[in-house]
Amino acid sequence: MDIHEYQAKELLARHGVHVPRGGLAYSPEQATYRAREIGGSKWVLKAQVHSGARGKAGGIKLCSNDEEISNAAEAMLGRKLVTHQTGPRGKLISRLYLEEAVDIAQELYLGFVLDRKEERVMIVASAAGGMEIEDISEKKPDSIIRATVDPGVGMQGFQAREIAFGLGLESNLIGKATETILGCYQVFRDYDASMLEINPLVVTRDGSLVALDAKMSFDENALFRRPEISELRDKSQEDPRETFASDRGLSYVGLDGNIGCIINGAGLAMATMDMIKIAGGEPANFLDIGGGASPERVAKSFRAVLGDKNVETILVNIFAGINRCDWVAEGVIKAIREVGVEVPLVVRLSGTKVEEGRKILADSGEAVIVAETLAEAAEKAVAAWRAAAKKKKAA
Amino acid sequence: MAILLNRSTRVIVQGFTGKIGSFHADDMKRYGTKLVGGVTPGKGGQTHLGLPVFNTVKGAVRETRAEASIVFVPPPFAADSIMEAADAGIKLCVCITDGIPSQDMMQVKRYMRRYRFEDRMRLVGPNCAGVITPGQALMGIMPGSIYLPGRVGIVGRSGTLGYEAASQMKALGIGVSTSVGIGGDPINGSSFKDILQLFDRDEDTDAVVMIGEIGGPQEAEAAIWARDNMRKPLIAYIAGLSAPKGRRMGHAGAIISAFGESAQEKVEILKDAGVVIVPTPASFGEVVADTLARTKKAA
Repeated sequence: MDIHEYQAKELLARHGVHVPRGGLAYSPEQATYRAREIGGSKWVLKAQVHSGARGKAGGIKLCSNDEEISNAAEAMLGRKLVTHQTGPRGKLISRLYLEEAVDIAQELYLGFVLDRKEERVMIVASAAGGMEIEDISEKKPDSIIRATVDPGVGMQGFQAREIAFGLGLESNLIGKATETILGCYQVFRDYDASMLEINPLVVTRDGSLVALDAKMSFDENALFRRPEISELRDKSQEDPRETFASDRGLSYVGLDGNIGCIINGAGLAMATMDMIKIAGGEPANFLDIGGGASPERVAKSFRAVLGDKNVETILVNIFAGINRCDWVAEGVIKAIREVGVEVPLVVRLSGTKVEEGRKILADSGEAVIVAETLAEAAEKAVAAWRAAAKKKKAA
Repeated sequence: MAILLNRSTRVIVQGFTGKIGSFHADDMKRYGTKLVGGVTPGKGGQTHLGLPVFNTVKGAVRETRAEASIVFVPPPFAADSIMEAADAGIKLCVCITDGIPSQDMMQVKRYMRRYRFEDRMRLVGPNCAGVITPGQALMGIMPGSIYLPGRVGIVGRSGTLGYEAASQMKALGIGVSTSVGIGGDPINGSSFKDILQLFDRDEDTDAVVMIGEIGGPQEAEAAIWARDNMRKPLIAYIAGLSAPKGRRMGHAGAIISAFGESAQEKVEILKDAGVVIVPTPASFGEVVADTLARTKKAA
């Protein structure tokens, strides 16, 4: 789960990380009022969206008077910001953050990730901040400093000091940098973060160390014990199709194709989507219905998939292991009747009592296209989608 | 004897009396697993499914001489249960629980290292379908009926995709020595490489099918190890060809976040290491059959 820059900065500031003075605004009037509160003569107005690379997309503006702030706020609010991280749909700007402008002497990079190879929290730092970490590792790989934390004892002071000295900071900044790095680790650990990135961490002309930007993501498996983080969720930043599904306990990822997918198991779901692609189609979504595939869950899944107006065909692929195909088939028929499925529907069942399951589908009188194998299911779904698209075009 | 599990392995269930634990304990018992008891704190002394219930894993091990444990404990308490098993001298722990926080798993892995290598518990999972040695024993949630006993090992992250592979193989008369689900989490007990090493040493396994997916470094690590060490044919499929970068596809670990983690890149790495690639998820059966036929001919 991602949070906004201003939310991350609030968390960090509570743990000894210096951030510029700033305030949140939902309207141009609030933004200019914030400038008064903050004081100074130069401010930066920043669109609060769950994405990096906001500057290039017009989501960050330097302002020096009320009029500029007001105009910039008006131009941003209610608009969708499209960056290379958001995809073409972009993300809605409904909150702005106004900050005092900082006089930058040097930009650094500081990141914390869960390293899957080391199976530990890894700190990544570089004196070449201001560009994305991918670019740093490509252009200045030698500038990157790494350290991992022993989960038994947590991050130690010497590790933070080594990084601070490794960044080549002046001796009067070492103490402050050590405090910043340890503070970040504390936030990462105490709130079950999965990623924390301060880019850039800046040395200002007056010799202080400030987190100019902050990005954080959290481990969704740990949210049960972090209600204060769950509270920071901003549904306006999510794909509405995904919000609908996740509110109903379904694991769903929206994509750009036309063939809706309802599958049990994440691996089989990915494999079925691959098969659709190989057969010449494009999946509209990833959806793992979970273990049971009960009629209620099947019905919920149909609603989630059909909520996407681009869906022109649905492919259901259920491997009935613990339950039985005849039971799943009854659930599918019940769900179709309840939800009302207007698009072609291909169903492939496998596992226990598969013959009985297929018979129930065939005898139901519903327009269900039954497939026996995975390859056949994908081919039939793509063929049905092509035929439906043709018909739509003709009409 | 296949790997990890056979008909004489003495198994206990942690989270024994819960709804999910009970359902699968019963299923495992029917399959032929040597289930000797279970653990639910506070219910020690009771009998459940005709077997003794214990308050602690240590108590269960003392009374039943259990060597293996399967964990169905809910996510907030699962890490604690795994560490309890490790400390009680359990040799193999299979954790089915989906949804354990990553930081808990980091602690579990760190904790397990406090034991000497020869005394250290082997953890499989979490968030996995478990382990089955067809015709002998089941420590997991997979439907036993789809596996034919035989001589091909399976190791995969996903449950149902593993079932798909096993049933395609069964349709062609190809059986399985042991199937191991290593789970879909970013931090797991046993890696692909760990399981390949076991299969390579196993006299009852002729070839191995590895079913990977997007995210993480384990498939590549396994491929490099296999290239340099493995004596048996390795056949692999990677799911997630159509997965976009940076999006989590169901499994907590199925996310492309670094170079080399996409399905395309992993397939390239595997190919370069000489691994036989299953090109589509519909061709597990034929590719395994072809590989076995070619190996036989060569021998």
